[in-house]
Amino acid sequence: MKTFRGATAIAFLLAGLAAGGSGCAAMEQVAQVGTSVAQSQGVVTGDQAKSIMRSTTAVARSLEDFTPEQEYYIGRSVGAVIVNRYKPYPNAQANSYLNLLGQTLAQASDRPETFGGYHFLVLDSDEINAFAAPGGLIFVSRGMLRCCRSEDAVAAVLAHEIAHIQFRHGIQSIEKSRQTQALTILAAEGAKTFGKKELADLTKTFEGSITDITSTMITNGYSRGFEQEADASAVRTLSRVGYNPNALVAMLREMEGRLKPGGLDFAKTHPSPASRITDIESIVGRAALTEPPARQERFRSAMGNI
Amino acid sequence: MKRHFSALPVFLLVLLAASTTAGDAVKMMSVQVKQGEVRATPYFLGKIVATLSYGDRVEVLGSKESWFHVSPQGKGVTGWMHASALSEKRIVLKAGGKDAQVGASSGELALAGKGFNADVEAEFKTRNRNIDFSWIDRMQAMTVPPERIAAFLQEGGLVPAQGGGK
Repeated sequence: MKTFRGATAIAFLLAGLAAGGSGCAAMEQVAQVGTSVAQSQGVVTGDQAKSIMRSTTAVARSLEDFTPEQEYYIGRSVGAVIVNRYKPYPNAQANSYLNLLGQTLAQASDRPETFGGYHFLVLDSDEINAFAAPGGLIFVSRGMLRCCRSEDAVAAVLAHEIAHIQFRHGIQSIEKSRQTQALTILAAEGAKTFGKKELADLTKTFEGSITDITSTMITNGYSRGFEQEADASAVRTLSRVGYNPNALVAMLREMEGRLKPGGLDFAKTHPSPASRITDIESIVGRAALTEPPARQERFRSAMGNI
Repeated sequence: MKRHFSALPVFLLVLLAASTTAGDAVKMMSVQVKQGEVRATPYFLGKIVATLSYGDRVEVLGSKESWFHVSPQGKGVTGWMHASALSEKRIVLKAGGKDAQVGASSGELALAGKGFNADVEAEFKTRNRNIDFSWIDRMQAMTVPPERIAAFLQEGGLVPAQGGGK
């Protein structure tokens, strides 16, 4: 009896929604989503309201979790900001090796498919740095690659960056208020009247999102929790491909000796190598690194002069 | 009067339940990446048997760990796709069309090309002329053929763990 009454209540609610699915009710739905740009812009016809309602349903679910396509466009601009700040290292052999190794790891990761796929580039900088722009664009500085004494160590760096993309750590650093802004504009966009004003508003929100992400990556760093998550995932990916996850520890030890206190690179944006090593060794234990000569040789050939 | 009033919502609920059950019989998903690989086995080195495009629909036949066993519409093959390539939402390439209405009524709609898109990027470039995108385009042109991955593993004496991941 109790169950029946509950079911009736739900059905009643559903019936109410079905009956009021046009005009004012649709606008109320939009208003619930955030401060309504559509309303502030004046007249919205019944058809437009329905269109807004349709888009809002979609957007409301996807905004916390940007679609891979939107993530792709965010990532392109984040990447452009990074590559303009640090400059590319246009060495074909180094970049081709990095892409081959990175692609192999990405395919074995827990997120092998992104909208535009994974791509890797060396940055011409002595800073010890690496960045993962949303959607799969990964940048590693020459300074960081010098911390790697083996292919397994380079693999460890790349697997860590792939993990940031997998967990969407970049996207998560977009301020919540900006996500609401985007949602509101997108609700209006659904009205098929995607005019200059909407494009300008959306671009402003987009610009803000890019700033949120790049300032987190370049200046503030992710939380220690995000870094631990990325290290743990890197260990899984490395093992899956056949690399020794202890190479991540070896790379961090080398980094520890090279990081300059007060530096604006990993010294500022990441937990100390020592604390990361403690966390990683609690997962993988300790093991000696051995690499077949062919692997060592191709590493030396591609990265020897980095 | 009161009795008559409560019968309608119950009827609606039954109708809703019936339509949900009918929808579950065939589970469909959409490709949410530009290029989605269908593989012969649920494994990251599995042979690629088909390549699907953004928005393509697949029928889900089963699943194993992070993989879906799928039958792509109109391809005449079955194979395995990684979960990261697929969305439960129907991906509609244009807003406001007939498909959008169908999709929205089931609450499972994603609008392709909406939100942060090529238009927004173009506007962003206009406002930030100092930011050069040419290296991003060059990066995206750096691709690795699948057969190179297998060779790279073998040459490096790498023995991947079977199963798991992709």
